[in-house]
Amino acid sequence: MKRSHWSIPYVVFLTIFVVLPLVLILVYAFQDGSGHFTFSNITKFFSDSDALGTFAVSIEVAIENTLICILLGYPAAWILANKELNRSAVTIVLFIMPMWINALMRTLATAELFNVFGITLGKGTLLFGMVYDYLPFMIYPIYNVLNKMDKSYAEAAQDLGATPWEVFWKVTVPLSMPGVSSGILMVFMPTVSTFAISEFLTNNKIKLFGTIIQENINSSMWNYGAALALIMLIIIGITTLFSDERKEAEGGLV
Amino acid sequence: MKKFLAQAYIWILLILLYAPLVFIAIFSFTESRVMGNWTGFSTKLYANLFTGNMQGSSSLISAVENTLLIALVSALVSMLLGTIAAIGIHNLHGRKKQAISFLNNIPMINPDVITGVSLFLLFVFLHISQGYVTVILAHISFGTPYVVLSVLPKLRQMNPNIYEAALDLGATPSQALWKVLVPQLRPGMVSGFILAFTMSLDDFAVTFFTRGTIGLDTLSTYIYTDARKGGLTPELRPLMTLIFLIILILLIVINVRQAKAKKQFS
Repeated sequence: MKRSHWSIPYVVFLTIFVVLPLVLILVYAFQDGSGHFTFSNITKFFSDSDALGTFAVSIEVAIENTLICILLGYPAAWILANKELNRSAVTIVLFIMPMWINALMRTLATAELFNVFGITLGKGTLLFGMVYDYLPFMIYPIYNVLNKMDKSYAEAAQDLGATPWEVFWKVTVPLSMPGVSSGILMVFMPTVSTFAISEFLTNNKIKLFGTIIQENINSSMWNYGAALALIMLIIIGITTLFSDERKEAEGGLV
Repeated sequence: MKKFLAQAYIWILLILLYAPLVFIAIFSFTESRVMGNWTGFSTKLYANLFTGNMQGSSSLISAVENTLLIALVSALVSMLLGTIAAIGIHNLHGRKKQAISFLNNIPMINPDVITGVSLFLLFVFLHISQGYVTVILAHISFGTPYVVLSVLPKLRQMNPNIYEAALDLGATPSQALWKVLVPQLRPGMVSGFILAFTMSLDDFAVTFFTRGTIGLDTLSTYIYTDARKGGLTPELRPLMTLIFLIILILLIVINVRQAKAKKQFS
């Protein structure tokens, strides 16, 4: 047997458990309850002001969360990757560790902390909690790229007369973009799609898109739920197209 | 000065990030039902956790057991399936290789909700009743890609002639597999296993959609239901504290060992 045939079991598995389920989202999205073809699920979304509003809020929160994570995370990743400023390997572990802990646990802990300080749960706490949850996912890929970056580029720029500021903006930042786009992918999509987290952080006041998908599926509105999932899939497709180079920073978490 | 500012920034971020976790840890040492209400130092919650002497204890303990069982089984299957797949993919070329790599990326990019909903629809479509098996299958589907991605680089680094040499020197194909190929791939297999295992431990959304209605709970779904009922079971505080500690120690040990290995290597 040829060794390339060893991939066959996995291809079969992927077909059943990855491709077919995605096709089913498409199928269910264009069916009514009795299995007839229809566009009504899609048109329902565009006339459902509740769903549209949730959709807009989700995108808004996701964009804000991603921006705050970049603003806070980039300097942190830069400091951590800089051998002169940070020599300890343990600090980066401390930043990665929250990624390994159940997001629900971290979120509930955060919500409890807000409660104790008497902060009313709402949009502000939602953003704060989201940044808490997703900052490590931004720091880690950027750190990875900066850490592996060939230092001779920065040195060459310096030798050629660039100021440290110019070196940073014209050499380091452009070279670290794969890490940033990987971070965006790891923060933006999960924020739009999360459910449970937003409910806990706002005491059910603000719903995100993931929540309404879940609510529809759980109340047996499979076809409408599938249509909403399809809309989210389209957005993922678009986000992924914008960050092609993400592969470089992925993998090797352990 | 610059160094001081940089350090200060890092430590402020860390303090903020860890505040909720530290908060839980502190309040795991008091008996009060609600957090933030200190009623004196006590290790009663820890004792309750270990003796199972608490309200709704059997469901919390079975949730922990389910979480570990599901993670272990799905990570083991992912490791086997992913390693075999990686060997196959490594020996493929051109279009086919690209197509499989693309498919392999889908579960990693897909948000949990999409994976959960799509698998839910699959099981409904195939009329498979949902429970342990469907949850484990679902976890295998998002764990295996990480194994494939961890093993592939090891295959690329390996000298392809070693395997052939073993065969030339009289090893049977299975001996060559177990004595030559597997040892070379082991580091990749182990890190793939650890990734698949932690992804499974961490998962909430996919489990939520694929567990069916038989009352199967993992720690995540238990916490979700518990929190929705209003007020967390107090014994979750010591449990979370212990989980934080175990993960922190594990990660530090792994990283220190890696750093040492690197030093010896260079």
